[in-house]
Amino acid sequence: MQTPDEARTRVASFEIFLTRFLDDDGRPLCRLPAAARRPQRLLHAYRLMARIRAFENKAVALQRTGQLGTYASGLGQEAVNAAIGLGLARDDVYLGNYRECGVPLARGVPMAQILQYWGGDERGMAWPRTVPAFHDFPFAVPVASQVPQALGVAYAMQLRHEKRATLVTCGDGASSKGDFAEAVSAAGVWKLPVVFVIINNQWAISLPRSRQCAAVTLAQKGLAGGIVGEQVDGNDLIATCHVIETALARARSGAGPQLVEALTYRLADHTTADDARRYRDAAEVDTARKHDPLARLHAWLEAQCGFTAQDETRLQAEVAAEVGVAVKTFLATPAPPPEALFDALYAELPPALHAQAFAAAGGGEA
Amino acid sequence: MPTNKEQVAEEVTYLDAISQALAAEMERDESVFLMGEDVGQFGGAFKISKGFMERFGARRVVDTPIAENGFTGMAAGAAICGLRPVVEFQFADFISQAFDPIINVMARHHYRTGVPVPVTLRCPFGGRLRAGPTHSQSIESYFAHVPGLKIVAPATVEDAAGLLISSIRDNNPVLFLESKYLYRRLKVPAPLSLEPTPLGVAKVAREGTDVTLVSYSVGVQQGLEAAEVLAREGISVEVIDCRTLVPLDIDTIVKSVKKTSRAVVLHEAARRLGYGAEIASEIGEACFWFLDAPVTRIAALNTPIPTSPPLEDAVLPQTEEVIETLRKVARS
Ligand SMILES: Cc1ncc(C[n+]2csc(CCOP(=O)(O)OP(=O)(O)O)c2C)c(N)n1
Ligand SMILES: [Mg+2]
Repeated sequence: MQTPDEARTRVASFEIFLTRFLDDDGRPLCRLPAAARRPQRLLHAYRLMARIRAFENKAVALQRTGQLGTYASGLGQEAVNAAIGLGLARDDVYLGNYRECGVPLARGVPMAQILQYWGGDERGMAWPRTVPAFHDFPFAVPVASQVPQALGVAYAMQLRHEKRATLVTCGDGASSKGDFAEAVSAAGVWKLPVVFVIINNQWAISLPRSRQCAAVTLAQKGLAGGIVGEQVDGNDLIATCHVIETALARARSGAGPQLVEALTYRLADHTTADDARRYRDAAEVDTARKHDPLARLHAWLEAQCGFTAQDETRLQAEVAAEVGVAVKTFLATPAPPPEALFDALYAELPPALHAQAFAAAGGGEA
Repeated sequence: MPTNKEQVAEEVTYLDAISQALAAEMERDESVFLMGEDVGQFGGAFKISKGFMERFGARRVVDTPIAENGFTGMAAGAAICGLRPVVEFQFADFISQAFDPIINVMARHHYRTGVPVPVTLRCPFGGRLRAGPTHSQSIESYFAHVPGLKIVAPATVEDAAGLLISSIRDNNPVLFLESKYLYRRLKVPAPLSLEPTPLGVAKVAREGTDVTLVSYSVGVQQGLEAAEVLAREGISVEVIDCRTLVPLDIDTIVKSVKKTSRAVVLHEAARRLGYGAEIASEIGEACFWFLDAPVTRIAALNTPIPTSPPLEDAVLPQTEEVIETLRKVARS
């Protein structure tokens, strides 16, 4: 006779895979997919990452000199932002949070407009009609609130038989929220065309990843909802592009949702109002700097694509010029007038509010 | 003797008062514990629990995952089992993520079973810090409608401590609204008395004869400023600090309005269905025959709270507006 323990049968077992193509020094760990070997594409991606980094640095500098509100920098997360921005097709829809400025930058939003938002003008969140980001959602502030919204977007795509995909990002901290679990679970049931990307930057304000969730990986949260979950080295642009593109293609083809946990690191403080030195080791940050996504791709470009020091200098100059123009435009943008308070409150302002709006605009007593 | 480094501070802020009162209650009663996002070693977003981790240990200063609905439900369970959880919402704005355990559990459990739910929900709330539409809201009205909850909103350093102590000792779920704006702006000389201030008792913050201003939290400070200015013009304003919104000490308010015959209600929450609507209609019912002017409300515009400084100022009541309204009502 079997013991009760022996009588148990294995009904399921799971594996989580991590994709990584380049080591920290930009050396290939395997034969790269064909798409990843096209120099023009990689140069384009590198330029985008350089733009994002320059933007992040400038935004923090502006805050430090009192010209911008509190800012949440995505320093160190440029590769995953760029990979998402490049992987999304024009008609796909992106939802994410405050730290992912790189995605709208990749999707055509002018830098000046993102600065406008962080400068305290909510109108900065209305993406311009002409850019691919137009249908994307504004930065979510309540963390994970964007994740269930992505279900609705994907549901609309599915209902209309469109070959489009939805991609939603959230943080490692946000993945603890009920919103996240509810969304993953429902997406699996309905096979919605949605890709969930957890940008695991190892920290949620002062809480390290290990104290957010006891699971070995966050990718396995997908398995709990019956959908594919995998990890990618989010500082490896080539690997991340590959994983994101594959997931998006699956979603567009109707094969259903997928969860990607992108491993990266928040090199910056939580926001400019924070000082992370109070709760995390300098040594940890130094180690993380060695995995810098830009340095890694740069090394690959030098070795494989003939990218030279002059090319780098030229690129940096171009990017600095773009940022400089954006800052000028931002600083020259007039603050929102009091009328703006009511402009966008309702699709059409109810007459009952006309008096308040008139008074706010300086027209006299409400 | 304190060492040089930890010199006894000469002043106590509104924030210190909350911190000291919370520590004193944790010291006094082992069943009191604090939970919330980043409250541990980090000391909380506003540093209320700075040093608590070292003092009380990680079991009583609980860093939660980001899961408001989850940890608020957990607080309900712990309270029902006899602990006294104090939940810190990082910003009051995120309490909407925990609506259900508050409304359908905390505010219902005693009604269903007779078992008390002694939870304190600490909510840093309100605007004027340029923190924009999701970090500046006033949330009292959402909850004032729910039978079974108490709502407390201190306006002074002393009350921040005294009312928190009473809230923690209270056997009901209490929403404790902390003014972020007052946190570091309001100070009194040290040391601070750590005695409980009873819930449900309003205070005459300044005596006057011409018009009554009823407010709570930051509005009381604004009202006192306005009263000072108007006193120089010969207008005598009586300022009532509600302290507790639920239960509301309507008697103190009515007594004052019967004396002055004029009432203005002030708060930072949006005007439509702000708590002022409740106060105004209570005054209307109780004082109709005593009133010489319509009960008037001063509140925020019915819009979200913008980040832009001039716009935020346009939305929220400013002291000048309080002065003008009081002057107009007093002279009407
Ligand atoms: C629902 C909710 N609760 C709390 C907060 C306060 N808050 C802002 S950012 C943050 C940490 C988020 O960490 P993570 O999801 O890992 O994203 P990251 O900031 O690292 O990009 C918290 C708790 C919030 N914005 N929303
Ligand atoms: Mg994080």
